Amino acid sequence: MRPLPELTDENHAFWTGGERGELMIAFCKDCAAAIHPPQLVCPRCLGESVTPRPVTGTGAVYTFTVNHQPWHPDMAVPFALAVVDIDGAPGVRVTAQVIDADPEAVRIGQRMEIAFEQSDDVWLPLWRPSR
Amino acid sequence: MKRFAEKDCAITGVGMSEVSRGSAKSALELTVDACLEAIADAGLKRGEIDGIATWPGERADGSGFSPVGSAALQDALRLEVNWYAGGGEAPGQYGAVFNAIGAIAAGLCRHVLVFRTMYEATARKTAFANALIRAGERQAGPFAWYAPYHTYAAALQQALFFNLYVHKSGIRPEQVGQIAINQRRNAGLNPRAIYRTAITIEDYLASPVIATPLRLYDCDVPIDGAAAIVVSRLDGARDLRNPPIRIEAIGSSMEYRNSWTQLDALDTQAQPRVAEMMWSRTQLTTADVDIAQLYDGFSFHTLNWLENFGFCERYGAKDFIEGGKRIALDGELPVNTGGGALSAGRLHAYGAVHEACTQLWGKAGARQVAGDPKVCATSTAGGPLAGCMLLVRG
Ligand SMILES: [Zn+2]
Repeated sequence: MRPLPELTDENHAFWTGGERGELMIAFCKDCAAAIHPPQLVCPRCLGESVTPRPVTGTGAVYTFTVNHQPWHPDMAVPFALAVVDIDGAPGVRVTAQVIDADPEAVRIGQRMEIAFEQSDDVWLPLWRPSR
Repeated sequence: MKRFAEKDCAITGVGMSEVSRGSAKSALELTVDACLEAIADAGLKRGEIDGIATWPGERADGSGFSPVGSAALQDALRLEVNWYAGGGEAPGQYGAVFNAIGAIAAGLCRHVLVFRTMYEATARKTAFANALIRAGERQAGPFAWYAPYHTYAAALQQALFFNLYVHKSGIRPEQVGQIAINQRRNAGLNPRAIYRTAITIEDYLASPVIATPLRLYDCDVPIDGAAAIVVSRLDGARDLRNPPIRIEAIGSSMEYRNSWTQLDALDTQAQPRVAEMMWSRTQLTTADVDIAQLYDGFSFHTLNWLENFGFCERYGAKDFIEGGKRIALDGELPVNTGGGALSAGRLHAYGAVHEACTQLWGKAGARQVAGDPKVCATSTAGGPLAGCMLLVRG
């Protein structure tokens, strides 16, 4: 099983939005800044009207790696891990494993779309190449 | 010119325990060995140490990452100090040195013992050393964002950063390999190094890929060992055993996102403004630097620092290290002269500062850099961690 994040007031929307198929990013209502990791005070204008809302769930690969090392005996390798610049949320990058792709074929700049995998009470974002 | 506090501080002694891939001694014994050696090297007595600093402080988590803190050492040696500190929230591994400078500047201390202990070689025989994430536990804090994706090791995160650097710089594996090759060559002349047999570019290219583009030989070597230095007030350092190595300037800033996933530029990490800060506090320039001990938790960090210190242009490290001549012991900028963490063992930048002083005191034996080096640039790194120092003898 994947190690899971502890859910908090700040990150709850991000880790559970997948139940509705939504990638939830925190935005400031006052100045429209996208805020990640989510926090309840806007780091730009210091406003306190920060709320999560869904974004398109697409983006472009900022960087990636193909992991070949089995860090645990039961770990399936290789797999690709990608850091993706999120469309509609300037400055926000979401790191997740890439699925439904040959790891060696992943490229910087490649278009990705979000997928989710439920594990306990968490819906984990995953990246898959845009169709 | 404004007076900067670090200029009133100097390194007066260094010590290092045995460094091995599995010690018969405990972590505390190794720490004591290194600390007593540093105190004696400075020509001081135990009772003259009036401060202790370490990074990141004791972490009793079985990982061996930092098994001994300032409190354990203070009690083990029954030191009577005016001030002590150990904690990880600092500008990289040299945060302990910067804290010591602060304590000296505040008039709290005259001679601060600074140490770093690693016990990862033994720890990894029973547990995964340097595990940032533990299976079966809910994750909190900065690494929670990586946790679900089996990103247990720093290697995997740094591979993400390194790949962006490769993409932007166009560096080729045969060029990257010069870092590991150079350091192994230097380690061959260092009796205390872990791995001393020379490697070739063929060996480098054949070493297993951990996570693209990181190969095994790009990664430092977990060890059991400890290193210590004594940081003294300069006015109390002049009459000691060694010529004082002045802390000419430090870089300790953090003006970026303090994050492992949202760092402003993953390919340069947090280093550029840290280096700028250091250069803003000295009249010296890169042309004055005789040797460099650049952080090498991964060879990528060393490449980063060559550029961020300004020894070459942005993305120019590939040309600077091409063929390995410039960074060799007899090159224009000898780098990681004792073999570094890649070959001499992961003392987490404290092996580097020990080597810097050894070279500046002319005590490096077969690997001594010719020409009486006086100025060394040294640095720490890793994601948002970054700190650096310019050390000058005399
Ligand atoms: Zn705002």
